[in-house]
Amino acid sequence: MNYFGELFFSGLTRGSIYALLALGYTMVYGILQLINFAHGEIYMIGAFTALIVASVLTVKGFSSIAILVLAAVVAVVYSAAYGYTVEKIAYKPLRQAPRLSPLISAIGMSIFLQNYIMLAQTSDFLPYPNLLPPIPLFNRFSNIIGPSELSIVLTSAILMILLTLFIKFTKTGKAMRATAQDKEMAMLVGVNVNRVISTTFIIGSALAAIGGILIASHTGRINFYIGFSAGIKAFTAAVLGGIGSIPGAMLGGLVLGLAESFATGYISSDYEDVFAFALLVLILIFKPSGLLGRANNQKV
Amino acid sequence: MKITAELKKSFYIALWFILLTFPIMVIRVNTIEQIVIWRWVNLLYVGIGSFVLSFLWQLFLKKKSRSVQTIGTKPSPLRRLLYEPKFNRPALVVIAIFTIIFPFIFSHYQVNIMTTALIYVMLGLGLNIEVGLAGLLDLGYVAFYAVGAYSYALLNYHFGLGFWTLLPVGAILAAFFGILIGLPVLRLRGDYLAIVTLGFAEIIRLILENWNTFSFGPSGISNIPRPGLFGIKLNSEQSAIYMYYLLVIFCLLAIFVVHRLKNSRIGRAWNALREDELACQAAGIDKTRTKLTAFALGATWAGMAGVLFAAKTTFINPASFTFLESAMILSIVVLGGMGSIIGVVIAALAIILLPEYLRVFSDYRMILFGAVLITMMIFRPQGIIADMRKKYESHKTSGSKIKGIDQNG
Repeated sequence: MNYFGELFFSGLTRGSIYALLALGYTMVYGILQLINFAHGEIYMIGAFTALIVASVLTVKGFSSIAILVLAAVVAVVYSAAYGYTVEKIAYKPLRQAPRLSPLISAIGMSIFLQNYIMLAQTSDFLPYPNLLPPIPLFNRFSNIIGPSELSIVLTSAILMILLTLFIKFTKTGKAMRATAQDKEMAMLVGVNVNRVISTTFIIGSALAAIGGILIASHTGRINFYIGFSAGIKAFTAAVLGGIGSIPGAMLGGLVLGLAESFATGYISSDYEDVFAFALLVLILIFKPSGLLGRANNQKV
Repeated sequence: MKITAELKKSFYIALWFILLTFPIMVIRVNTIEQIVIWRWVNLLYVGIGSFVLSFLWQLFLKKKSRSVQTIGTKPSPLRRLLYEPKFNRPALVVIAIFTIIFPFIFSHYQVNIMTTALIYVMLGLGLNIEVGLAGLLDLGYVAFYAVGAYSYALLNYHFGLGFWTLLPVGAILAAFFGILIGLPVLRLRGDYLAIVTLGFAEIIRLILENWNTFSFGPSGISNIPRPGLFGIKLNSEQSAIYMYYLLVIFCLLAIFVVHRLKNSRIGRAWNALREDELACQAAGIDKTRTKLTAFALGATWAGMAGVLFAAKTTFINPASFTFLESAMILSIVVLGGMGSIIGVVIAALAIILLPEYLRVFSDYRMILFGAVLITMMIFRPQGIIADMRKKYESHKTSGSKIKGIDQNG
C-alpha cells in the first residue's frame, strides 16, 4: 500500500508538471493550430534563468525566501518575453502559410534555442539548488510524499485553477475562447487577434517557466536538452487529453504521469517513455480526438 | 525619412534583445564553487548583431510582400535552368560526368561525405512520398531507417546473411513497419498523425537502446560487413568508392521510381488525398489503401537507406536514429520544396554537405541550421524549387472535334 501511495504521488507530481507544460501546447494549438515545438525550450530557459538568478543572489547573500520569489519572478518574466519574441519572429510572419511551414519553423526555433543555451551557458549538466520551501508534513505521510513533491502538486493545482478562472471570467479569457473558436469571426466582432495570440504565448510560457523551476528543483539537475523530452511528453499529454481543450491538457498530463509512474514502478523502469507513447497510441486508436477533445466534423 | 523610421525600429528591437538575452548571455554561474562570471562584452555583440539583423529582416519582409504582388510574370533563372531543355540537357551531362569522376578527383574523405549525403537524398526522396506527395506528416521517419539498418546488422550477425540478400529483406521489413504504423493512424489527421509517428519512432529507438539481448543496447553493433562485389576483395578505400557508386545507382533508381509514381494513378490519388481527404473519398479513391501504400513505399526507401548506411559505416547504434534525424530529413523535404524531386536532391546535398565544409563554425553548426530553417520558411516557404504539377493541356484540335460532334449530333 505504501509503495502504491509512493507511486501515486510521484505520478501526480510528474503529471502536474506535464499538465503545466501541456497547457501551453494546447492553448497555442487551440488558437493557431500549431504545434509549438519551441515550448519545451521555453521551459528549459525558465529553469536556466531561475538558476542564474538564484546563484547570483546566493553569492550576494540573500535569504532563501527572497531568492525563491525573485528567481521565480525573473524566470517567469523572461520566459514570457521569450515566448512572445518567438511568436513574433517564427510564427507571426507565417500566419497565412501552409500548415507545414510554421511547424518546420518551430522545429528550427527549438534547435536554435537549445544551441543558444548550449553555447551561451554550457553543455554539461548543472546541479540545481532546491529552491522550494520545506513544508512541514505529518509524519505518517512523509514516507509517501516528499515536501518538494507536495509543493509541486499544490502549486500546479493553484495555477490550473487560476488559469481556468481567468479563461472563464475575464474579458481576455473570453477573447481567447472566441479566437480559438473562429479567428476571423472574432476579428469581425472587434477582438484584437494579434494581442490575443501574444497573450496566449505569454501565459503559456509563464506556466512553462514555473514548471521548469519546479521540476529542476525536484530533480536537482539541468542541461540545455531537458526541454526536448519534457516538451514531447507534454505534447503527448495534450494530445492525450484532446488538443485544444484546456481541461483535457490537465487530465492528459495527470493520466500520463500516473500511467508512467505505475508502469515504471510495477513493470520496468527502462521503458518509461515507451509506456507513455504506447498509451498515447492506444488512446488515439480508440478515441482519435483525445480524451476530452471535440470530434470536429471535417468539411470539404 | 523612411530609413530613419526603420533604423529607429531596429534600434528598439536591438534594445529588446539586449534585455532579453541579458541573463543567459552575460551571467555564467558555477553552481559548485559559487562563482559568478559577468561577460559584459557579449551584450555589445548581441546589440550590434540584432540591430543589423532586424534591419535586414524588415528590408526582406518588405521586399517579400512587394514581390507577392508581382508573382508569376517570368520564370526565375533557376527554374529555366531546370526545366528548359536548352539549358537542362547540358547541365545534366555536366552533372553526370562530375558524378562519375567524383571519386577519382577527390579524396577518400570527400567521397565518404558524399556517400552520406546520397543516403540522405534517398531518405529525402522516401519521405517525400509520405509528406510531399501524400501529405502525411511523419515525424518518425527515422524509425524505418533504423529498421533497415538493424535488420541488416542483426540478421547478418545471427545468420551470416550477406548484403545483397538482406537489402530486399530490410526494405520489406521497413515496408511492413510502415503498414504497421499506418494501420492504427489511419483515422488520425494532421498533427495527431505527427505525434503518433514521433511516438512510434521513439518507441523503436528506446527498445533498441534498452533491450540488450536483442539489439546490444546503446553500444550498438560493430563489424558489419561491407557489400561484396562478386567476391572481389576490396580495401577500405576501394570499398568506399564502391559504396559511393552503389548509392549513386540507388539514388537514380529512387529518383526514377518516385518520378514515375508521382504521375501514376496512385500518385494522383496521393495528391488528391493531400488536398482534401473527404473530396478524395467522394471521388472513389480507397483511402485506406492509398494511405497504406504511401507509408509502405515511403518506408521501403528508408529501409534500403538503412541497410546501405549500416553497410557504409559498418557500425550502428541507437544514437544514430534520434528525433533530430527525423527533423533533418523532414527539413530536407520541406526546404527542397514539397513534392519536388530536384528540390529534395539539392536540399539533401546542401544540408549534409554545407555543415561538413563549414567545420570552422562547427560549434555554430546547429544554431545556424535552426536559424536557416526559420528564415527559409519565412522568406521562401515553397522551398528551393517549388513543385510543379504535371498539367494536361487541352489542345485546340480536340476542342474543335468535340464541337464538331456536338454540331453533328
